Amino acid sequence: MNSESLFRLLGIITVVSPLVLLACLGLSSLFMVRLSESIVSRLTQVAVAFSLIAAIVIFALMLVTKSRFVSVDIGDWVSIPQEHFHFHLKFIFDRLSVPFLLLSLVLCGVVGAFTRRYLHREAGYHRFFLLYSLFLTGMVVSSIAGTIETLFFGWEMVGLSSALLVAYFHERESPVRNGQRVWSVYRLADAAFLIGALMMHHLTGEGDFASFVGSEPWPGGVAQLSSSNALIVGLLLLLAASGKSALVPFSGWLPRAMEGPTPSSAVFYGSLSVHLGAYLLLRVSPILEASQLLQWIVIFVGTLSTLAGSVMSRVQSDVKSSLAYASLSQVGIIVVEIGFGFYYLALIHIVGHACLRTLQLLRAPTLLSDYHAMENAIGGRLNRQSPRWIRWVPKNFQLWVYRFGFERGYMDSILDNWVVNPFLAAFRWADRQERRWTDWLSEEPSRESDKIELHPESFSEPVNLSPSNKQHASHQVHN
Amino acid sequence: MPELHFPWLEVSILTPLVGAFIAYFIKDGNRARVCAIGACSLAFVFAVGEFVDFGMLHSFEAHDHWDLVTFLFNQDIFIVDELSAPLLPLATIVFLVTVLSTLRTKIHRFSFPLTLISETILLATLSCRSSWTLVALLSLATVPPWIEMRNRKHCTRIYSLHMGTFVLLLSLGYGLLQFRSSSEDPALLAGALLTGATLLRSGIAPVHCWMTDLFEKASFGTAILFVTPLTGAFAVMRLVLPVAPDWALHWIALLSLITAVYASGMALVQTEARRFFCYLFLSNASLVLVGLELVTPIGLTGALCVWLSVGLSLTGFGLTLRSIESRIGRVSLTDYHGLYDQMPSMAGFFLLTGLAAIGFPGTIGFIAIELLVEGAVGVYPQVGTAVVLAAALNSIAILNAYFRIFTGRRASTHVSLAARWPERVSVLLLTLLIIGGGILPQPSVAGRYHAAIELRRHREGPFTGESERDAASQKIEASREAKNQKH
Repeated sequence: MNSESLFRLLGIITVVSPLVLLACLGLSSLFMVRLSESIVSRLTQVAVAFSLIAAIVIFALMLVTKSRFVSVDIGDWVSIPQEHFHFHLKFIFDRLSVPFLLLSLVLCGVVGAFTRRYLHREAGYHRFFLLYSLFLTGMVVSSIAGTIETLFFGWEMVGLSSALLVAYFHERESPVRNGQRVWSVYRLADAAFLIGALMMHHLTGEGDFASFVGSEPWPGGVAQLSSSNALIVGLLLLLAASGKSALVPFSGWLPRAMEGPTPSSAVFYGSLSVHLGAYLLLRVSPILEASQLLQWIVIFVGTLSTLAGSVMSRVQSDVKSSLAYASLSQVGIIVVEIGFGFYYLALIHIVGHACLRTLQLLRAPTLLSDYHAMENAIGGRLNRQSPRWIRWVPKNFQLWVYRFGFERGYMDSILDNWVVNPFLAAFRWADRQERRWTDWLSEEPSRESDKIELHPESFSEPVNLSPSNKQHASHQVHN
Repeated sequence: MPELHFPWLEVSILTPLVGAFIAYFIKDGNRARVCAIGACSLAFVFAVGEFVDFGMLHSFEAHDHWDLVTFLFNQDIFIVDELSAPLLPLATIVFLVTVLSTLRTKIHRFSFPLTLISETILLATLSCRSSWTLVALLSLATVPPWIEMRNRKHCTRIYSLHMGTFVLLLSLGYGLLQFRSSSEDPALLAGALLTGATLLRSGIAPVHCWMTDLFEKASFGTAILFVTPLTGAFAVMRLVLPVAPDWALHWIALLSLITAVYASGMALVQTEARRFFCYLFLSNASLVLVGLELVTPIGLTGALCVWLSVGLSLTGFGLTLRSIESRIGRVSLTDYHGLYDQMPSMAGFFLLTGLAAIGFPGTIGFIAIELLVEGAVGVYPQVGTAVVLAAALNSIAILNAYFRIFTGRRASTHVSLAARWPERVSVLLLTLLIIGGGILPQPSVAGRYHAAIELRRHREGPFTGESERDAASQKIEASREAKNQKH
């Protein structure tokens, strides 16, 4: 067996292991076959172990053979040769994808082991691991994707699993609302990604990364796009990265994502998912270099995110939100590093930050308990001193900054008031006009759906949901 | 014309008709349901037989062996071709799963004889080429839902007005086309009338209110069966695409695009599940019409693939909603219901079929949407952007509905709400097709591409000829060639 076929075999094992895990857990849910907790955890351990071992062996072989770039070509998943349309499945192992892949597998493995005990006998144990397997598959595919379409494939899986895990405690309203918000941001970011990917495909005729960032191994390569095209495509990808990595102005979803169980918060929002946007920027770094304006925009967004995250993390009232914004500030610095062209530094920063944040988030619940124990022992609060330079900052300004941080930069309210609410208001107006039109045509109230029960599953009294009564019903519900 | 090895078409059309006749005389609702399931199952088997047999012929079109209708009327009325070959089994499976998943508590509100007659008409429609028979069948298909709404004592004014206009425009348009003189004017008028008729039938904004009204007043099952086979799109393919000038197709695409985005926004603000489903369906179905106008074979292939994925996924999605509704009544989306613990399997199916509708990776819709957007971006980048935006809004609406129905509170009931085995089998069957088609999309894509090429070839010359669309198509192909040579 030569090295090429060995790489191919190992590459396939790396991708197939999480896919097999997803298939096993997915099919068992589909056919209502209840697997025991031990079987589920065993399957997870085996899948992660196989994938990790294969990835480590690939890494070792690359070091031994001094290869900087290994491409594992699976072939065309879909092709229309006459139209030169190919959805090519290709995975690449280079200096960017291998560290990120190893990081993903190690952290997912750690969190999987943690969760085995953390969610033991929880009703949602199987649901967690199903979504975990979806996330793991998405991360592995995204890390080693060799084409933009494959990257998008993994990107979507990561997004869905993240949103559903935020809403893990779905018997309460707050996690569900936050899960919906996370999903909304992700989908709009994904739309930008897809448009950017298709534009690149259209401009270069291929979806292969080599076709638009050159065939040099990362971080070499020269963009095969003109400066103006690179700016447009780069802005779309930056928008996608901002949504995924919770950069300004999309930072509002990050603390909301902490509603999920601690393991998912740790691995998704603290370490892996939140860095996926930065990973995308690293992967398409030659496109950033093709446009100086784009680089400055990246630096600007990163700087703003760092400053906002650093302020907001200091004023949060719960530890996970504080850690979430601390993550944001570090991700902002990583993005600045990417903007300045320090790609290796950014990659090392990602690895270090991900490990630290995973540890902090997993440790957070017990850390609080330790602090309380210490304060009980000393009979008072632990000393916290403000830095000396704070004396020189006017009190009003301090209060303003505190308020800014506490309100999370007003980003959510700005997005809600200026984007979401006008959008929904416009369509509600259209709905009212349609009602008027159909009522006029029918010469009677045309909507049976106005007279439905709010909670028929509780056998409650019916509520008339015509426009005049909706406000009253809504008021009743919220009370 | 090549012949199939068995009269699959006529047998699959006759089977539900015979079943309707038998079911009509059965007084017991349960036995009528069993009869209907049997008839639908047989029709499905025959439709699959037709699909397999046609595939083995490697021909663009074929007619039945021992074709009784041809013998009687001396012309080929029922023909299967590359377009309709997969649509026939799709139609039969939609009817089968809908009938199968009808709960016993609903058998008195859901008319099996009318449903089987609708299936007969639909299968006959899908087996027709452009002809007066097709016009008659398209018109006849509007009658069963009207009868049902009348039987339920609902006002049918909105539905009657729209469908009456549809029948009138269709008849006038086709009549003008048949009797057109050598001058272009009557033919242009015919094209405009046919375009108007098919857009009305497809529920394109602003003449879509009949669809929301249908979902309000008819039974959920009847409404699903009337819309999910995308008969309007079929009418466009058979009647409009072969003869319409470029500007008509351009208008179809533009209005469809506006409808796709408009309906996706409307789905977000709906407060009731049926209306939400209706707008979701409208948005996805409009994408099929968007693809039909695209000049590239890729876009047309994408449209045909989206057709199949929308048919399967939204039928499954609709049936899941129907199952929930049959247990708790009309579902409000203004508050949380927390039904996950009572219906975990339905929750899973709901999510899976909903995500398949918006083209989530691993489902049948993923490649379809990719092809459609790829084709659109190549010709009109704004169209591609709008399609992606509509899909994004739809996905937000779907997950919002999921959270509203299945999560948000802890609901307990004294009666089990778990899915019954017929419902599970129905949705599972569709789910397996959705996932199977998503994992192995190549056969379906290759088939649809072939159909797309043949459909483009069959467009009439006098109205399109060497139009700017063909020039644009050649320009795109030339640039692709240049890029490939460069690489």
